[in-house]
Amino acid sequence: MTLLILLGVSLVAAFILAFVGDRKYAPEVNILGSATAFVASLFLAAEVYNNGAFTAGGEFFFVDAFNVYLAVLTTFISTTTAVFSRRYMRHERELGRVGKNAMRFYHAMFQLFIFAMLLALLTNNVGVLWIAMELATLSTVLLVSLYRTPSAVEAAWKYFILCGVGIALALFGTVLLYFAAERVFGSGTAGLLWTNLAASSGKLEPTVLSLAFIFFMVGYGTKVGLVPLHNWLPDAHSEGPTPISAVLSGLLLNVALYALVRCKTLVDGATHGNKAGYIMMFFGMLSILVAAFSLLRQKDVKRMFAYSSIEHMGIATFAFGLGGPVATFGALLHMLVHSLTKSSIFFTAGNASQMHHTQEMSRIQGLARGNPPVGWGLMLGVIAIAGMPPFGVFTSEFLILTATIKNAPYAAPLFLLGLAVTFAALFRRVIPMVFGNLPAHQRKIKVSQSVVIVHMAIVFILGLYLPEFLSQWFHKAVEILR
Amino acid sequence: MTTTLYSIIVEFVQIAVVLLAGPALAGWVRMLKCRMQGRTSAGVLQPYRDIMKLFVKDVVLAENASWIFRFTPYLVFGATVMAGAIIPVISTVLPSAPAADIIALVAIFAMARFFTALAGMDAGTAFGGMGSSREMTVATLAEPAMLMSVFTVSLVSGSTSLSQMAQVVTTNPLMLRPSLAFALLAFILIAVAETGRIPVDNPATHLELTMLHEAMTLEYSGRHLALIEWAKMIKLFLYAALGVALFFPWGIAGATPLWMLPAAVFYLAVKMAIVGAVIVLIETPLAKMRIFRVTEFLGMAFLFATIGMLSYFMLE
Amino acid sequence: MTTNLAAQINGVLAALILLTAFGLLAQRRIYGMLHLFALQGLFLSVSTAIVGYTAGLHHLYVSAVLTLILKVFVLPYILYALVHKLHIRKEVEDLVNIPTTMLIGIALVIFSYHLTAPVRELSTLITKSTLAVALSTVMLGFLVMITRKKAVTQIIGFLALENGLFFAATSATYGMPLVVELGVALDILIAAFIFGLFFFQIRTTFDSLDLKEMEKLKEED
Repeated sequence: MTLLILLGVSLVAAFILAFVGDRKYAPEVNILGSATAFVASLFLAAEVYNNGAFTAGGEFFFVDAFNVYLAVLTTFISTTTAVFSRRYMRHERELGRVGKNAMRFYHAMFQLFIFAMLLALLTNNVGVLWIAMELATLSTVLLVSLYRTPSAVEAAWKYFILCGVGIALALFGTVLLYFAAERVFGSGTAGLLWTNLAASSGKLEPTVLSLAFIFFMVGYGTKVGLVPLHNWLPDAHSEGPTPISAVLSGLLLNVALYALVRCKTLVDGATHGNKAGYIMMFFGMLSILVAAFSLLRQKDVKRMFAYSSIEHMGIATFAFGLGGPVATFGALLHMLVHSLTKSSIFFTAGNASQMHHTQEMSRIQGLARGNPPVGWGLMLGVIAIAGMPPFGVFTSEFLILTATIKNAPYAAPLFLLGLAVTFAALFRRVIPMVFGNLPAHQRKIKVSQSVVIVHMAIVFILGLYLPEFLSQWFHKAVEILR
Repeated sequence: MTTTLYSIIVEFVQIAVVLLAGPALAGWVRMLKCRMQGRTSAGVLQPYRDIMKLFVKDVVLAENASWIFRFTPYLVFGATVMAGAIIPVISTVLPSAPAADIIALVAIFAMARFFTALAGMDAGTAFGGMGSSREMTVATLAEPAMLMSVFTVSLVSGSTSLSQMAQVVTTNPLMLRPSLAFALLAFILIAVAETGRIPVDNPATHLELTMLHEAMTLEYSGRHLALIEWAKMIKLFLYAALGVALFFPWGIAGATPLWMLPAAVFYLAVKMAIVGAVIVLIETPLAKMRIFRVTEFLGMAFLFATIGMLSYFMLE
Repeated sequence: MTTNLAAQINGVLAALILLTAFGLLAQRRIYGMLHLFALQGLFLSVSTAIVGYTAGLHHLYVSAVLTLILKVFVLPYILYALVHKLHIRKEVEDLVNIPTTMLIGIALVIFSYHLTAPVRELSTLITKSTLAVALSTVMLGFLVMITRKKAVTQIIGFLALENGLFFAATSATYGMPLVVELGVALDILIAAFIFGLFFFQIRTTFDSLDLKEMEKLKEED
């Protein structure tokens, strides 16, 4: 029941907003929809916490510690983003960058996107997971091109084509997986259910699953934004409206990684080894390094943080590939804190570029003086994302580093190099933006500071102390992913 | 003993058929074409008359022509007749068959072409050299495609011997084989290019600039020209016969009984009549393509042949 | 119809699908590409129906009909209408010349053949040999997308790639469960509407559907 509310609310909200999305009260409807989903997801989480994993809707849905935690994260960030977007989009509309229809479209697609991600997370069916991932892509493609500027259209087209192709390869992987499963479960939906597949992954044909994993890796890896298929990500993030950048970075990448990790557990079960893990480690590490060095060259603020997202998804992918309780725990925590921090950074970066009418970092200056909440919010966010204590990102990166030194010491120097370069690149750019002199072209705007504060507070607390229920949760998820 | 004798008889009959039927096929194609285009034709026998006429005329040699120029017509004619002895035109029981397989056949045609190209340059005229260069361009593209195409057939029959290939196709039960269909398609395209038909080349052209094959033999006259023309007609016939032997060998004569031989000749006549009609149907609505497009045309042939070969591995 | 004959017909259809995939690479005109794409959809649909008939799986009829409607009529028609309405130049423009793409295509087919070898060894279905063709079609669609410049040609490549996926599902497992097939079809339909909208957006912002205009977003130094 909770499950139905959770999924239904976003779908209904999307439907309503498709008609009233341009009204004055539309942002509130948007917030209400997301908040209701958030509350529903909390109830669902409590259910899982008390009774353990369960299936629902005739085995169509499956909820366990791993996906419910991501569902809560998704609905939470979608709520805060909805709050943020209320003022942000109003301002954009006042500037005339978006029209009436675009607003309707924006709100409806925002909710549809949330629905697609929740469906992807909660479904028990590998095929439906694929469909939901594709739906998530399709619903955001036209949001990226919302401003209709040449570069926005170009970015959206790139996003559409690259992710479309990537996800198509994932479907081929799904076909291969179903082929292997059919030999165990016979034809029919049974062969596509996680619960069945996970229970008897040892019986699946290892060669076929290895082949399938390559396709999953390319397919879902494109959506995670792993190098070398990351090209769409900086463009889509920099050209789309800021709330969309925030949810793309904070949520969609996580959901794609979730799909990849689920596939990895199946492959590991079938091959009795960590073949898939090594592939993930390689591409994770490659993403960390390439993103770190690309960061040095960025001039556009949102583009820079998009590269930072690639880097952090690389870290999480690397950690999941490494396997073992510590690394997996670290990866789960990393997904959480990265999402919170990165969306908050996008909020402040979005406000900063609204204040200066540009996304070019050289023209953004003196944020701390002009608008202290934005300036300090950005500063704190960058300190957190760079992995400085006492924020949560430090904890997760530290855990992952420990596991790396223990299990894959040869990768540790590269890992540290990536972190160091990122650190240098981020601070080199951000310090002039935040401190510096107040430029004449800076304008005052109203911002939603509360969401940034909430996000950063959570990340701060997680850096100091991990609540009991959360660590329990992670432990359960780690168990699932063994 | 009787089988050896029989096969020797077959061989002679076949060579006779090849020599005589070459001009007949050319005449048949010309006649049909005239009819299609609403002109009155000179009849099927006109090529024979042309050849006879050329044989009694004097040879005019270019001043600086070397022995290659004089030697080439005989070599080309000899090579073509030899090819006619290898290809199972009327029977699969040929004494020369074990000696030479499909690769040797391609090599024999290549040799004839090589000397024609040399002779084209030998006289030292501009058109001869141009024709040679064009001919070799076509050849470099057509030969690999040709080999690809026949290899597909030899994969199906498990042998590169032509007789063996024809035999296997006749004896095996009928199956839908996409590989053979693609190989045939490729073969038709290559045959069009190799025998200099429209749309690759126009055998009846008088415009030197558009010539491929004709440009090389522009300097020949008298009996030399007769031999070259005759060889060219035989070549067309042989390509048709090769295609028929590889893809539609039903009706070809085996080792016994003896009466199969006349039957095979009859079947061959019917098949050739059909092939001639098909050539006319292809050539009439088409125009010669630009020389630059020929590479693409042959690339297509190569592609078809390769798809044929791949689909043998993938689908059969 | 005996199983053997069905397998043979299916083989022929697979070969034809492969041929149309290569045809898309070789074709110089957009309308020609659309025709080839529709033809490919038709072969796919017939093949699915034949497999459904021989294997006695009725849900394959649904997917055959879906393919027929979507891939043979609706999508080519939408594309045709768009090309017509937007006055797109009728020639395909390539980044890599056609013979080279052909050779790359052949290499990709061989690669797919090797890649699918483990599946072929394990499968017991009559369609097992066509999986290599399915993957080749996917790869060739990919190649069309990479080597052709226009937005329309990229979309045709994308859809050909999806054809390959459908074919893969039929040949590896006699089709995915119906829920999945329907969902995939829905996604493709949505994608079709999105690219339709996109063409208008690209057209109005760039005044051309040539993707070489869209090269602003590059890493600058």
